[in-house]
Amino acid sequence: MKQVTTQSHSDLAQIAVLRYNTRENIGSEQKEFAVNNRCRHLAYGVVGAACSAFLTGCKLAILNPKGQVAIEEKNLLIDAILLMLLVVVPVIIMTFWFAWRYRSSNKKAVYQPSFRHSNTIEFFCWGIPIIIIAILAKMTWTSSHRLDPYRQLEVGGKPMVIQAISLNWKWLFIYPEQNIATVNTLTIPANRQILFKITSDAPMNALEIPQLAGQVYAMGGMQTKLHVIANHPGTYRGLSTSFSGDGFAGMHFKIHAVSEQQYQQWIKTVKGSKKVLSQSVYDELAKDSENEPVHYYSQVKPTLYHDTIMKFMLPKSKADFGKRPLETKR
Amino acid sequence: MSQIDTHHDQDEIAHFGFWLYIMSDCLLFAALFATFVVLHDPAYAVHGIKEFIDLKFVFAETMFLLASSFTFGMAILSSYHHHTKKVMFWMIVTMVLGGCFVAMELYEFAHLIHEGNGPAVSGAMSSFFALVGTHGLHVSCGLIWMLVMLVQLAVFGVNSDVQRRLGYLSVFWTFLDIVWIFVFSVVYLMGAL
Amino acid sequence: MSWHWLFGNLTIKELAFLHNPIIAPAFGMMILAAVTVPLVLTYKRKWTWLWTQWITTVDHKKIGVMYLILAFIMLVRGFSDALLMRSQQAIASGNMGYLPPHHYNEIFTAHGVIMIFFMAMPLMFGLWNLVVPIQIGARDVAFPYLNSLSFWLTVIGAMLVNISLGIGEFAATGWLAYPPLSGIVYSPGVGVDYYIWALQISGIGTLLAGINFIATIVKMRCPGMTFFRLPIFVWTVLSASILIVMVFPVLTVTLGLLFLDRFFDMHFFTMGMGGNAMMYINLIWIWGHPEVYILILPAFGVFSEVVATFCKKRLFGYNMMVWATLSICFMSFIVWLHHFFTMGSGANVNAFFGIATMIIAIPTGVKVFNWLFTMYRGKIHFYTPMIYAVAFISTFAVGGMTGVLMSVPAVDFQLHNSLFLVAHFHNVIVGGVIFGYFAGFIYWFPKIFGFKLNERLGKISCTCWVVGFYVAFMPLYILGLMGMTRRMSHYPADTGWQPFLIVAAIGSLLVAAGIFFQFVQIVYSVINRHKPEHACESDPWDGRTLEWSIPSPAPFYNFAVTPTVSDIDEFWEAKQRIKAGEKIVKPVYRAIHMPKNTGIGFVIALMSGAIGFGMIWEIYWLVILGVVGVLAAWILRSFDTDVDYYVQPAEIRKIESQALPEGKV
Repeated sequence: MKQVTTQSHSDLAQIAVLRYNTRENIGSEQKEFAVNNRCRHLAYGVVGAACSAFLTGCKLAILNPKGQVAIEEKNLLIDAILLMLLVVVPVIIMTFWFAWRYRSSNKKAVYQPSFRHSNTIEFFCWGIPIIIIAILAKMTWTSSHRLDPYRQLEVGGKPMVIQAISLNWKWLFIYPEQNIATVNTLTIPANRQILFKITSDAPMNALEIPQLAGQVYAMGGMQTKLHVIANHPGTYRGLSTSFSGDGFAGMHFKIHAVSEQQYQQWIKTVKGSKKVLSQSVYDELAKDSENEPVHYYSQVKPTLYHDTIMKFMLPKSKADFGKRPLETKR
Repeated sequence: MSQIDTHHDQDEIAHFGFWLYIMSDCLLFAALFATFVVLHDPAYAVHGIKEFIDLKFVFAETMFLLASSFTFGMAILSSYHHHTKKVMFWMIVTMVLGGCFVAMELYEFAHLIHEGNGPAVSGAMSSFFALVGTHGLHVSCGLIWMLVMLVQLAVFGVNSDVQRRLGYLSVFWTFLDIVWIFVFSVVYLMGAL
Repeated sequence: MSWHWLFGNLTIKELAFLHNPIIAPAFGMMILAAVTVPLVLTYKRKWTWLWTQWITTVDHKKIGVMYLILAFIMLVRGFSDALLMRSQQAIASGNMGYLPPHHYNEIFTAHGVIMIFFMAMPLMFGLWNLVVPIQIGARDVAFPYLNSLSFWLTVIGAMLVNISLGIGEFAATGWLAYPPLSGIVYSPGVGVDYYIWALQISGIGTLLAGINFIATIVKMRCPGMTFFRLPIFVWTVLSASILIVMVFPVLTVTLGLLFLDRFFDMHFFTMGMGGNAMMYINLIWIWGHPEVYILILPAFGVFSEVVATFCKKRLFGYNMMVWATLSICFMSFIVWLHHFFTMGSGANVNAFFGIATMIIAIPTGVKVFNWLFTMYRGKIHFYTPMIYAVAFISTFAVGGMTGVLMSVPAVDFQLHNSLFLVAHFHNVIVGGVIFGYFAGFIYWFPKIFGFKLNERLGKISCTCWVVGFYVAFMPLYILGLMGMTRRMSHYPADTGWQPFLIVAAIGSLLVAAGIFFQFVQIVYSVINRHKPEHACESDPWDGRTLEWSIPSPAPFYNFAVTPTVSDIDEFWEAKQRIKAGEKIVKPVYRAIHMPKNTGIGFVIALMSGAIGFGMIWEIYWLVILGVVGVLAAWILRSFDTDVDYYVQPAEIRKIESQALPEGKV
């Protein structure tokens, strides 16, 4: 049986009311707020100034794309931010405007404690974000399909395949069509579509070339794909973005986009290398090492990439040939 | 002086709390089922799961478990009449039946490991052992709980605390039955067909 | 003679503090604290007091205080990791810095684990424990003994992480320990084992707490308090508790399977042999995303209370706030894939999860507008919690925006795992969770301790935190756009990243100042608690909800008479009625049913710690001892019939009259 009694808190409530009314010292409190407000404005000003000083001189790779995929991704980024600023900027303005106007020392402001519901406001509170999100959702749907890393690009011709294997702690790139391989460097012809087929013989990594395209995970026993194109010749930075251990910070490389002529020249140079990527050389390469220098291999074991994926498909006690590597989708 | 007796209220709250625990356990099994469904492709096992399933064996296991639920129900009925000895009797029968279930499961595991199909052989076998094994572990914990309840019955008889706890145990035991139906269907039936 | 049976794999070599010059002083300080506290207790003869008043307590208010103490200690521990990281990155442009990569990797892993599991969660549970029962007119939580157990299990988890600093190592895999990196092949040491056991043990505590608070809120509300008269803070606690009960079992399974992989050579997540690391990523984020909503929803709840109280106005759009909270709660289950858009799931799947993530922004936006319109035409008093609220709204708006930005898969392809991501989640966690719980701490402090915290020091600390946050994390957004990825211990000089990292390091020093002033504030306020500027009676803020109707500090039974409620903000409405002349009826006291203290929760937690430590180092006698100890304690408790008592009306009358010096009882 529950005890339903009178409200014992009424006593305390009364005392609280009396004490609170006599104790209010609005003056000093408002001074403190004003000081605080000014401090905060000053801080934002300093930070803002510093930011603009840096921004003029720095290299914002993602906002400075040089490849078709990255260009479209950047445009999407800007569009999405602008769309959201439509809500965020008014919110921030309202926050400081209301805080300032309705501070308790401001006698000019209306105090309306009964204002606790308004259908109009609710309508706009729900309605405007819904519209903005709906637009963003449409943008998301179309861009997710258009910029799917597995989707062939409409430019750059038939894709040239490069196989990428992430090792501890370097990148191995195999050019199967040219039968060469490199470590920690890439040279590609500009304006030519590249299809990276990616796997890992090490913990999970991810291949990213920020100025040309986004990133895709590299996982052992599986293959992922990334379509890339460089619109301009130049040297760009590539790296692994998925933490893989002690040598992770050294897993970056330069990718050189060059003219067709220079590209052919480069292939000849690589072909002149005395190093050959046989299985035993590969096994030695796959061992842990950090800050690996650039290597060129003039010949590659033809099934090396395929075998690297397949070796994870084989159970210890029985070889099982003919199985397809596990694609991460479809 | 009048006192607030909140025991009645407290029982209801505790019962509600136990149901919340059962729901969380449900999600624990859901995660194990999801893992099993993803990993169970027998392509990477030495033998497929299909090859070692003995439906007659599993049927016998199921019967033991279902029978133990029935006998536990008898124990609960007896507890309503405060027949301590009868409750203890039915509890012991339940423990024996439950023990048979666990013994059969352990035998199955030992057999698999002996044949080279242990949990370390492949992801498929790991997920099998994890799902079925977790259920078996829950059943074993239930058996230990029953042993403790036997002692409590001997010491306290059928008082309100003991009745309340028998109530929880019956919910737990029935829940394990239901999970077993899913295990049986998803792992064994679907695996064998 | 081999000592392996006694010490397992634990050898002198594993005592890292003996040979690592950075770990030695850190661990040394920890040992110093661990030794000083018992010495002081012995000198002051306070062991009995500690045991009876704190270790065995089942009083939710005391358990709440202990959670807060744990949170502040672990804040220092986790933040020192942050200072190490920021200073390392500020220096390591074209050189290796002063932290070797492996150590740096352990530091950022520990930073994440400690801040989420052992700082933010305890801070949150501390406030839940302090506030929820007194906001709903209850005497305690539904299961006081389990409440104590939950707390001590969390402590044991935190202790395991702390011990790993000096004995062995901690995980060096990132705070979510993705396999294959966290598998036995690539992490053969004990680090990941410490990680697994610390989280499994504290995870059980968290799950029990979730069950406890659902039962409390659903079943123990005072008469008249229907669901739609609950304070919004209680609604958010209920939502977060539902999330806990549903997803912590998934964490238990996931870490359990990782343990089976490492310990028994199984193949859930291994490379090859039928394992699938993608399964781990899915499972861990099915837990991980609701986890961050568990953290943020109650912070939203705190702000709902703080804004309404300090604007002297009922919260705008109460019903909508409730529906917004529940929809966020529900939707948090269907967005987990946005944490790994780049894993190659395909455009349809990516787009679905991206759009689902954006949709959550809608109810979140509604909540922000409701707070703003509570301020509108209110009478705002800028005490420190209200300043945190203003800082929160603007900061969280930015953080939410960058989150929605990254929920567009094609944009995420560029920004995933970059410092842009790191800036985003710190933006919402610091700007949302931390500011919220700090505001709540200051706001409810007087109710528990009977005096207020110093306002001026609070404002200084708040300013340091807010400014420090911006200085530390705005450069990180820029660095992300420059292509810098996360978890890098050093980087080439030609990247041009260093200036920004230096600014970020300065920001971290500002935040350190903020933390320092928080401690100064607490110490100063305790010492000067009798001064008039800190004095308070039951209702220091002219509050609106039930907790302000009982004395400060709250008596152990909370309410002398269970209140009856007829409206939202019942206490405020009652005060208005009294001002209008309503008469007060004299209360009639009846005996109150209270639970007795018990040390069983503490013992079970200690035994669990033995199991964890034993499993990590393969000291099997310790594991067996722990298992037997847990079972024995649990079973012994079930045979204990002396678990409660009654407080008699005479004693209640005495306590109440002491709390109301001029009031008539």
